[in-house]
Amino acid sequence: MSDVIHTDVVIVGAGPTGLFAVFELGLLDIKCHLVDILDRPGGQCAELYPEKPIYDIPGYPVVSGAELTKNLMEQIRPFGPTFHFGHMVTELKKLGDADFELKTDGGLHFRCKVVVVAAGGGSFQPKKPPIPGIEQYEEKSVFYAVRKMEAFRGKDVLIIGGGDSALDWTNNLQPIARSMTLLHRREEFRAAPDSVNKMRELVAAGKMQMKFGQVTALKGENGELAGAVVKGNDGQSFEIVTNAMLPFFGLTMKLGPVADWGLNLHENLIPVDTEKFETNIPGIFAIGDINYYPGKLKLILSGFHEGALMAQQAFRIINPGARLMFQYTTSSTNLQRKLGVAE
Amino acid sequence: MVKITFIQHNGTEQTVEGTPGMTVMEVAVKNQVPGIDADCGGACACATCHVFVEPEWTEKTGARNPMEEDMLDFAFDVRDNSRLSCQIKVRDELDGLRLKVPAKQF
Repeated sequence: MSDVIHTDVVIVGAGPTGLFAVFELGLLDIKCHLVDILDRPGGQCAELYPEKPIYDIPGYPVVSGAELTKNLMEQIRPFGPTFHFGHMVTELKKLGDADFELKTDGGLHFRCKVVVVAAGGGSFQPKKPPIPGIEQYEEKSVFYAVRKMEAFRGKDVLIIGGGDSALDWTNNLQPIARSMTLLHRREEFRAAPDSVNKMRELVAAGKMQMKFGQVTALKGENGELAGAVVKGNDGQSFEIVTNAMLPFFGLTMKLGPVADWGLNLHENLIPVDTEKFETNIPGIFAIGDINYYPGKLKLILSGFHEGALMAQQAFRIINPGARLMFQYTTSSTNLQRKLGVAE
Repeated sequence: MVKITFIQHNGTEQTVEGTPGMTVMEVAVKNQVPGIDADCGGACACATCHVFVEPEWTEKTGARNPMEEDMLDFAFDVRDNSRLSCQIKVRDELDGLRLKVPAKQF
């Protein structure tokens, strides 16, 4: 994992803005690697509203977040971007005059000439339920993700939630857990019906328990969880024995490590100029929802525009002294070759 | 103008004004009411604009819609009077509405 990846540009964030930046950079023969904390492209379009209609993308009277993402992936395919999903960029620093070094929490190490921060509202991170004292158990017996299934072997596992993550992990961990309990606030589940049925079969077979209510307190000491106090929907409290709890309350956006990279910030946004969308550090650009300038609108179409202008300056940094000729995809055989539509 | 009062967890009250047609979340964000995070910008996709409607107002604010009910799975300490403020439209009848903001949206 310690091999250094050398590339022209690293784009932090694979939402619509980051994806379209690949297109604009690609037309200028600039190669990109993209890093995103989610496990798939699309950013907020994939995580927050994949099925919700978007009405303000030029040329599309209506398009869903999932469709827009799919189309952008198709549009940038000729440029062969490399994606690194499930990684958060934790470190970014300048090396000497020309290069930047980036590191991710998953051990990736990049060296590049230009960095494009297209991180939207920041990193998606698991919501942590505000149960008193939960912090002391985090990463010891309270987890917000399953990194290694083996860690749950032989444990009394308590999973909280009613969505796909909660149901999938209930079904997947049940065979190796010593006991399995799923706790949810109501009898309806929003998870896929298949996984809900599978879970109900496990309950019927006596292999796990399903409970309804909300956790109000935790019991245990020195980070070792012993039980969770639950207020049932009838108002009565009861306790669930557990030494491994997995709350799945969805994701929320946090600015995260972006704040530590030496960039100027304006209310958690990165100020840029409106000619190049460059930050206070030359060679680092910020486009899309994460940037700020007078008149900024947080629209996907603004992110697309910003990416196009950013690419012009990125070209000058990557190819010092080279002449940049503006061309249209409709008429330039050169650009059409890059897109794979002309011989 | 419709007056809406947000009551913070520590008891602090803030009364702001909205116009019919806006959502209560939009009124809160426009007036920088603390604790209404509204990550998703009003798409009913994040549950970070969770509020508790004061008992005397629950009838007027009405029932949760099915999408909102689903999304409340991602909120914490959900009660009978829990609503997502992006799903409450400001109406003249809601003048004087009182809402409690949870201690933490997450």
